[in-house]
Amino acid sequence: MDGIHDMGGMDGFGKVVAEPNEPPFHEAWEGRVLALQRAMSYAGAWQIDMSRSAQERLPPQVYLTASYYQRWELAMERNVIERGLADADEVAAGHAKHAGKPLKRKLTTDNFTDSMTRGSFYRQAQAPARFKPGDRVRARNIHPATHTRLPRYARGRLGVVELVHGCHAFPDAVATDKGDSPQWLYTVVFEGRELWGPDADTTLKVSIDAFEPYLEPA
Amino acid sequence: MATYRHQHEHGSELSEMQLRVRALETVLMEKGYIDPAALDRIIEAYETKVGPHNGARVVARAWSNTVFKQALLDDASKAVRGMGHESRVGDHLVAVENTPQVHNMVVCTLCSCYPWEVLGLPPVWYKSAPYRSRAVKDPRGVLADFGVKLPKETQIRVWDSTAETRFLVLPMRPQGTEGWSEERLAQLVTRDCMIGTGLPKKPEEIA
Repeated sequence: MDGIHDMGGMDGFGKVVAEPNEPPFHEAWEGRVLALQRAMSYAGAWQIDMSRSAQERLPPQVYLTASYYQRWELAMERNVIERGLADADEVAAGHAKHAGKPLKRKLTTDNFTDSMTRGSFYRQAQAPARFKPGDRVRARNIHPATHTRLPRYARGRLGVVELVHGCHAFPDAVATDKGDSPQWLYTVVFEGRELWGPDADTTLKVSIDAFEPYLEPA
Repeated sequence: MATYRHQHEHGSELSEMQLRVRALETVLMEKGYIDPAALDRIIEAYETKVGPHNGARVVARAWSNTVFKQALLDDASKAVRGMGHESRVGDHLVAVENTPQVHNMVVCTLCSCYPWEVLGLPPVWYKSAPYRSRAVKDPRGVLADFGVKLPKETQIRVWDSTAETRFLVLPMRPQGTEGWSEERLAQLVTRDCMIGTGLPKKPEEIA
């Protein structure tokens, strides 16, 4: 979706300000949110792109004003409710009124480290890769109303395939409950001027990781 | 939960977010989906074990061992796994090498993708709108915010982490470190130089 989260190239957000000696969490609840997300993912309640999609669907004014872990929490509530894992009134009250649904597995103190290793996103290829390193490609000018990982600034732009990362689960399908729909994944490099026009920094190159359905031969 | 409600009714010392997170955690626990003790352990691990010191060890080894460096550039997941890291690395880690000609910088314009296993949790600025919006368009401006100025002819390559691939920048080894041990070299490796928004420390900075 053409949402506020797709920020690459926007102006007006100001300087990048780093915090010296930043702690892992600024408030105890932030750690709870991160750990809850890990535990629910491990349990198979939802996949990472469902989580991203739920954040992207927050109203833009909420997305911009909420802190990072607030967005995670709001997205988690949304997934819990939309996926029927708890009712909205249970979440609001902070108490379960009905029994839970069966989930795939449960994170415990014995297996918690399993949730700290990222799972593999490689999937069995359904067809040979369409592109190889060196191929010129154009990112499609597409505007799906649902989750996608093709940023707006690259759409319609001409680039070159640099790396082929194998076949991966396709976020656009996963986020809309259509399964993994495996797709080839490529690093595609764009010249700064192709993205930002003739006045752009001539020493700049930007790459995205693009799934095959995002690309067409050029 | 009664305790939290009690505090809430009395105008609470607890913030709205604390209450909201506790409510959600309680529901998920009562439903049988989560074990709060496992959550404690995850938080503890992120607070004490996982951090940029892991990535610094990787960089220091690449600086001192050309065979390891080539293995890292060929398949970073495999090479880092072989080091027996505290937090195990997933399948999709890619190391990108800075050279006198090319400076690499990593961003996630769409959210906050970051190589957690080698760098720990991303800092707030990495997840913020200023960094996400500007890194792909004005990386030299972003570097200036970090006090970094590169020669004007240096090529800048920005890697937008739009899929599950995670990028680790392998910075250039500082001059004047000949004969240093891996442990000593690792002290020069900052988190930011592995993201590409900084450069390694100079030997005199850690003397």
